[in-house]
Amino acid sequence: MSSRPEVPLDELYREVVMDHYRRPRGRQPLSKVDVAAKGFNPLCGDEVEVALELSGETIAQAQVVSRGCAICTASASIMAEILPGKSVTQAETDAEEFRQVMHGKPFPQDRELGDLEALEGVKHFPVRVKCALLPWMTLKDAIAAFRRGERHAQTTTE
Amino acid sequence: MKATAVPTVIRPMRLAERFPILQRTVRGRRLVYLDNAATTQKPQEVLDALHHFYTHTNANVHRGVHTLAEEATAAYEHCRERVAHFLNAPDPRGVVILRNTTEAINLVAQSWGRKLQAGDEVIVSEMEHHSNLVPWIMLAKERGVALKHIPITQDGELDLVSYRKLLSRRTRVVAVTGMSNVLGTIVPVAEVAEEAHKVGAVVVVDGAQLVPHEPVDVRTLGCDFLAFSAHKMYGPTGVGFLVGKPELLEAMEPIFGGGEMIREVHLDRATWNDIPHKFEAGTPNIADAAAFPAALNFIEELTVEAIRAHERDLTAYAWEKLQSLGGLTLHGPADPQRRGALISFVDEHIHPHDLATVLDTYGVAVRAGHHCAQPLMRKLGVVATARASFAAYNSREDVDALIFGLLAARKYFGLA
Repeated sequence: MSSRPEVPLDELYREVVMDHYRRPRGRQPLSKVDVAAKGFNPLCGDEVEVALELSGETIAQAQVVSRGCAICTASASIMAEILPGKSVTQAETDAEEFRQVMHGKPFPQDRELGDLEALEGVKHFPVRVKCALLPWMTLKDAIAAFRRGERHAQTTTE
Repeated sequence: MKATAVPTVIRPMRLAERFPILQRTVRGRRLVYLDNAATTQKPQEVLDALHHFYTHTNANVHRGVHTLAEEATAAYEHCRERVAHFLNAPDPRGVVILRNTTEAINLVAQSWGRKLQAGDEVIVSEMEHHSNLVPWIMLAKERGVALKHIPITQDGELDLVSYRKLLSRRTRVVAVTGMSNVLGTIVPVAEVAEEAHKVGAVVVVDGAQLVPHEPVDVRTLGCDFLAFSAHKMYGPTGVGFLVGKPELLEAMEPIFGGGEMIREVHLDRATWNDIPHKFEAGTPNIADAAAFPAALNFIEELTVEAIRAHERDLTAYAWEKLQSLGGLTLHGPADPQRRGALISFVDEHIHPHDLATVLDTYGVAVRAGHHCAQPLMRKLGVVATARASFAAYNSREDVDALIFGLLAARKYFGLA
């Protein structure tokens, strides 16, 4: 009768996720910001700000500040941890692959995605998928702005 | 007319038996449905009425001479008469059958709005649902009309002193909610309307939350237009109403053209049907309108007064329980006599979205988000709230389940 499989709550709030939620990483302001983007989820009011310091096409430093639920905050924190050292093209690929994971694709192997796999369980809670994706969609917009030669972008997940 | 000699006492558990959906489980637990301000569940008789329409009556309305067409038209028009009767409206011609509250407000904004000119003013409040705000923003943009806002007080009530100062001869429309979907505040519509009428403005009331929970008599409510939806009062989705003074509706132009709404059509011109039909272009939502009287029967069987008394008792009980937990901010008036059947709250440490997810695993359905009232959220200084909203079938056991879920969420997040 129930349309949704009964996935336990621990699938959503894994230990690693809760750790990132309680102690979010990557919030320190950068000394130099090359491009920044602000993301907003009008559904729940969550906000994410992404700032990148670039060295050519490589992300040297990232600051990700989120104001939102546990899933959004953890996703932002994990993203901030894994971005430094990646090329912007790789970061875009990561964002797109993670989006696909949220929509049911298996988690990609052999990638440097840090703790991101801990968020895989979010896909079982469809209404929470946007929470996990907001930081990544904001990142994509920041990179798109960078490619256009701009310094700011605004994102809305709908 | 709604006075009953013997006051009804609501027995929520018995009532819940009449709602098939309340018998299902969610995640292995009894469904505790506390999202009634979004939409209520439907009793068996409403479901039967819907089924009956499609199995016995289905035909298009206001045309055709065959039996089904006649019966379908009678069922559809019966809905209009029942709504007029329910609200003590003097004339069923003042009841326009639409899709929902939003459409009803847009109709007034777009049609009555055509009478407005640059420099005219529309007053709304800071606690409006987007449905009673955005149509006026659109009008302001189109016609150069100025939009003024009634502030709210610390307690979440309308600041009537400021309201009086906003009124002037330029005020053409005052549009307010009858009951806030976030704060629960019951707005003194009669007082607001009296002041507005002194300056010659028309008064539009968003009754989406008011009509299901408070006795409403349009003759004493004082507004010129009242908008509300069937689905928030045990009826089907897809049917809403604009109840307006017939003389005002007559002075309005239709905003949709097509079948039903015309009297005579030539290749290059047309004349309009009488009210209310001139506002009902195209085939309406006949089946859902035909089923709505069953919901009104359900409400009248219990009486609105008894529903209100039950919901106030429940809201007061929930308020006290939530308050005693500590660590929660409860929004809106604390006095249960001044608020409707809902409570918005924010936990100090748990985001409303996380809270709603945990509650769901306990079978408890609450709303989490901005409740389509972003300006109000900004004013309250929050991004989102959790909201528990009640209906006649909710019991103290449902409130207890909410509290249990809340405590479990705190435990889960390592806060208790």
